Amino acid sequence: MNRLAAAGLVAVLAVAVAFPFLFPSPVATNYGVYALIFVAVASAWNVFSGFSGYISLGHAVFFGSGAYALGIAARDWHIGGVGVFALLPLAAAVGALIAVPFGLVALRVRRHTFIVITIAVFFIFQLMAYNFSFTGGSSGLDAPFLSWQAATYNNPFYYIALACAVGMTAVAWLVRRSRFGLQLRAIRDDEDRARGLGVHAMRVKLTAFVLSGAVTALVGGVWFLYLTQVQPPSGFDPLFDLSVVLMAFLGGLGTVTGPVLGALIIEPGQLYLTVKFTNGYLSEILLGALFLVAVLFVPRGIIPTGGEWIRRLATRGKPAVQADAAGPSAPQAPDPAPAQEAST
Amino acid sequence: MSALLRTDGVHKSFGGVRALDTCTVEVDEGTVAGLIGPNGSGKTTLFNVITGYAKADAGEVYLAGRRITNSPPDKVFALGIGRTFQLTRIFPSLTVLENMLVASRHSRASARKHAMEQLEFVGIAGHHAALAGTLSYGQRKLLEMAYVLVADPAIILLDEPAGGVNLSLVNHIAARIRELNAAGKTFLIVEHNMEFVMGLCDQVTVLDSGTVVAAGPPDIVRTDRRVLDAYLGEDLADDQEPGEGE
Repeated sequence: MNRLAAAGLVAVLAVAVAFPFLFPSPVATNYGVYALIFVAVASAWNVFSGFSGYISLGHAVFFGSGAYALGIAARDWHIGGVGVFALLPLAAAVGALIAVPFGLVALRVRRHTFIVITIAVFFIFQLMAYNFSFTGGSSGLDAPFLSWQAATYNNPFYYIALACAVGMTAVAWLVRRSRFGLQLRAIRDDEDRARGLGVHAMRVKLTAFVLSGAVTALVGGVWFLYLTQVQPPSGFDPLFDLSVVLMAFLGGLGTVTGPVLGALIIEPGQLYLTVKFTNGYLSEILLGALFLVAVLFVPRGIIPTGGEWIRRLATRGKPAVQADAAGPSAPQAPDPAPAQEAST
Repeated sequence: MSALLRTDGVHKSFGGVRALDTCTVEVDEGTVAGLIGPNGSGKTTLFNVITGYAKADAGEVYLAGRRITNSPPDKVFALGIGRTFQLTRIFPSLTVLENMLVASRHSRASARKHAMEQLEFVGIAGHHAALAGTLSYGQRKLLEMAYVLVADPAIILLDEPAGGVNLSLVNHIAARIRELNAAGKTFLIVEHNMEFVMGLCDQVTVLDSGTVVAAGPPDIVRTDRRVLDAYLGEDLADDQEPGEGE
């Protein structure tokens, strides 16, 4: 990481930490909490789907399960007050536990079939939430009451969500730089070839899926405590996955900063439209339109496309390949000895 | 000299089409072996069976005496068989160096150094930071060869290494193979370029309709009547006297 990038990162973090003080209004911090929740979720989704190329439309399974796991544990174990935050690791564990059998089944297939399986599993979980008694059926579950002051109620959630977002983005950065991340990206390009070079594809994919599922479930727990309730259509919301996918696509699929940028653009935008226009469908229509615009004009996402434009500007007028740096593009002069050997 | 790689009576069918029929091939350690035959004779299918990309219906595959029949590709690679493909299969969205590191078995500290050495060996080290998808076809051939080499396999299977590349690059590839072979590396090469095969290989096996029709030194194989009938044609035999191309 160069100095400029490091300075930019420090500045962004400083602004993020100071945000509740700069904009103390609960309306503003509410935007902040939701945006950061989706930064964490989009990054978690991206670590699996963006890096491996397996597009999951079933991550709401983890998000909802994390919310329900926390709600059920708090209810059945009679945990109230700030003690419920101690249950967040449990939500992550439940997400990981679900991801193992889910992944073992879904990751046996690829591309469209994988997407269809993730959607199917999503609906199974939504139906279970509706029909099991321990999930509260269609009424769902309520979170324990937190007796915090209304004016600053959002602030602890803001910092918890910030910790999740920063932590997950750091994990994504580490994964992308690691051998594990390299193997995931090789799988995205050509899974069979990667296997032929010694990559244990199933193990690598499953590890990423479990990591992604655990973090998504943990963030689902935070979301549940913030919203104070969960019902089947909100915990297992099909629009959740579409939003997360759009965030990653808009920002830059498979990049570290892309999903962060996408979440910071889309989630506050959605909230604003929902508040501004009481017709809830408007934000969904605009979300769909944005998806089309992104696919048509920035198919690789804002970060990769922007980076390409900057590179083009920086290298305008320069030769495509520096002669001294690139070496022979192909052997320029035939090697006399092998030429004789091979041509005989 | 012992057989490093051996297929023993391998059968493979795709629906009603028999791609391999009692196919027995041996590659001795430290040699360059060629596998030739007309299109559709089963050469690439045999490669796929050996490397775990296709399952044999019957028969066995042995590496250094160890049975590896129908082992998955990752295990076959770990056991010491590296391969390239007829149509190059690189990772286009990774850089050239990252392509190398996918296959590397070295520790993080030495992996990069070793990968750069292999890139220098094949002649594309200058492109290490470029996205592999931006390389020319010939450079992709070299990259594919390099990232197989980086894991230091016991035997390397090259599927048409000279296919679709210019003469100077063919010569370059041949030189690299000779150099590696001189250092003890074993090769099994599928190739349609007869000059390349006959000039490079110690042993040549000829497949036709999934069956081995001839095997032996290039001089013997090129004059074998069954081979001429199946593949080489009368013209080549008439034009080239035995031993002319050595």
